[in-house]
Amino acid sequence: MDYRICSLTGFKIHKTAEDLVKWNMVTAILFLTLGGFMGLLMALTRWPSVHYLDATHYYRFLTLHGFNALLLWILFFEIGLVYFTSAILLNTRVVAPFVGWIAYALMLVGAMFVNIVVFAGKADVLFTSYVPLKANGVYYLGIIIFAVGALTAFGHFFANIIQAKRDGAYKNTLPLGTFGLAAASIIGVFTLAHGAVIMIPVFFWSIDLIKYIDPGTYRLIFWALGHASQQINVCAMVAMWYMSAAFVLGANPVNEKLSRTAFVLYILFINIASEHHLLVDPIFSTWHKVVNTGYMMHLAVLASMIHAFAIPASMEVALRKKGYTKGLFDWLKNAPWGNPAFSATFLSIIGFGFLGGITGVIFGTEQFNIIRHNTFAITGHFHATVVSGTTVAFMGGTYLLIPYIFRREIILPRLAAFQPYLYAIGVAVMLIGMIAAGSYGVPRRHWDITFSSAIFPFSFDPSTDIFLSIMGVGGLLAVLGGVIFIIVSLGSIMFGRRTE
Amino acid sequence: MAIKEPERIWWKPYTRDERLWVAMALLWMMVSFVFMPVYHFIGAQNPPNETYRVGDKEKFRALVDGMVNKYKVGEEKGFPIVKPEPGSDVFVQASMWQWYPILELQQGKTYRIHLSSMDITHGFSIQPINMNFTVLPGYDYVVTLTPTTAGDYYIICNEYCGLGHHLMVGKMIVKQGGN
Ligand code: HEM
Ligand SMILES: [Cu+2]
Ligand SMILES: [Cu+2]
Repeated sequence: MDYRICSLTGFKIHKTAEDLVKWNMVTAILFLTLGGFMGLLMALTRWPSVHYLDATHYYRFLTLHGFNALLLWILFFEIGLVYFTSAILLNTRVVAPFVGWIAYALMLVGAMFVNIVVFAGKADVLFTSYVPLKANGVYYLGIIIFAVGALTAFGHFFANIIQAKRDGAYKNTLPLGTFGLAAASIIGVFTLAHGAVIMIPVFFWSIDLIKYIDPGTYRLIFWALGHASQQINVCAMVAMWYMSAAFVLGANPVNEKLSRTAFVLYILFINIASEHHLLVDPIFSTWHKVVNTGYMMHLAVLASMIHAFAIPASMEVALRKKGYTKGLFDWLKNAPWGNPAFSATFLSIIGFGFLGGITGVIFGTEQFNIIRHNTFAITGHFHATVVSGTTVAFMGGTYLLIPYIFRREIILPRLAAFQPYLYAIGVAVMLIGMIAAGSYGVPRRHWDITFSSAIFPFSFDPSTDIFLSIMGVGGLLAVLGGVIFIIVSLGSIMFGRRTE
Repeated sequence: MAIKEPERIWWKPYTRDERLWVAMALLWMMVSFVFMPVYHFIGAQNPPNETYRVGDKEKFRALVDGMVNKYKVGEEKGFPIVKPEPGSDVFVQASMWQWYPILELQQGKTYRIHLSSMDITHGFSIQPINMNFTVLPGYDYVVTLTPTTAGDYYIICNEYCGLGHHLMVGKMIVKQGGN
């Protein structure tokens, strides 16, 4: 078997595991590049004084932005983490390596199908593709193929940890990082099963083999897929937080029991709490919505509250052990702020917790949802969770893993040190602009909020112009941060000095 | 460590800080959870939950046309202005890309507004007060509504419905009671 010992971490690294992490990570970064470029076009179009794209291209590229940034970048990176945690962290091998490559190939083929058919103008349906809005069949086929690939990779996770146990790679329990990805993989399997339940009939409907798909049912099952898959992201992100804290600071989770319980809460409750997307839909009764989004969601939020306590606490303990014990905040002052793997983790915790979590809990309230549903405020909320939270955490993860996996040093270290701040602040400014504009009713996914050619004249409060310009400026800063990330990460992978 | 298997006795009891934090978080969760149902009894604005299936879209269209014929009081830009009786059932039809017809309502009176779509999903978004509801084809969503302030309101569409999505604007007029 092909192993090497990592000179930096002491891990015994299986060659195939390493290759799978590499390919998935690089692919993820390439799709982030595409998705981020589309994001730039979105910001430039929604910025009233710029209003860059024409309507057709705006809706088309909006479809591509959501798909590439949300699905492809994040899922490919997560599959990289699947192999990192199920083989490398356990000092063991990937079982049946070809399964990993098949999963990768399926995901890539599905991703290309969707991108090509949308670029060709045959599927301007936005990534939610609410029926009866219809795309070309290739679009749904691409999604199905991609989902089967991702499902295979999540399944592979379980095969790996079962084999690892047989090989004696761990005795009683998994390391917390692997445990977090186990939670992510469980939710992944659930979620993608929902995806199959809805996307396969929709594919047949798109080629006229099925006559009718109920639009209400579609929305319900779509969000069982779409919302629950955000919980894959949360689990993977939180696991990344724990791992970064451990690698960078040597931090120990203060209480493994508490942290693990929190992951279990995610698995149990978030799957069900997807009806907050449907709070102002017909179909469900009030009590159904209240139980689903109230009770279930809050138990999942409780889990996040636990991590929000446990991770900073573990950082504090680790830094105090290093001797930073003066006063209450000496440890915080002396944290490695210049290390982008650390700063990204810290920024991600703050962005996700304060901006994302709080807006999520508020907008997920039944009554409040009436005045926020489908406004730009929602776009602000999820850029806080998936961008300033997950994306920033994974950027930190990239900085962390490049030396271990690619065995290269990070190039342009000063630029790299500065990048997470620029990106996180840019995104924060952008999403605050979005939330402010949305609170005046400005809709998301809308090409012309001046309604210049609509039959009745309506215009929003003039202050929305300022908020949307703030969004635009923040968006530009974030894009600049994103460009630096791509240059530094891909540059390091290709040209960084070899570490051994 | 999060990257190593924990030592043998890792299943430690919770400390005081941990218990306190979790208890506080749980309490907060409970408060916000309880508030949602409670607000249905004490609050003035709650999401409607009355909904029916529309078997045949033409039937809904017929209800809209019937109401327009009965209560039409004017016309603006080719759209009939309809002034239904307070308390009555009012039908609004969404289609690519218009809201039909224009409603004239009386301040302080309650109406049952039925929303349904003739083609794909639309978003019923009343501006500038910013209230939003999803309009699906095949479903009749009944929003019970009491306008509290007179003025002109616009219905924009806030669910993507194709290339003309941003052109879809309708109108609703609220008149002071008595005139
Ligand atoms: C710096 C980079 C980014 C910028 C400037 C940006 C900007 C935007 C803007 C302006 C919109 C609103 C489009 C509209 O409704 O009119 C949008 C939508 C969206 N963004 Fe981003 N974004 C960025 C990065 C990301 C990333 C990294 C993700 C995912 C991880 C993401 C996920 C989404 C999603 C899911 C939507 C909703 C698409 C839809 O409504 O169909 N964005 N973005
Ligand atoms: Cu519409
Ligand atoms: Cu629309």
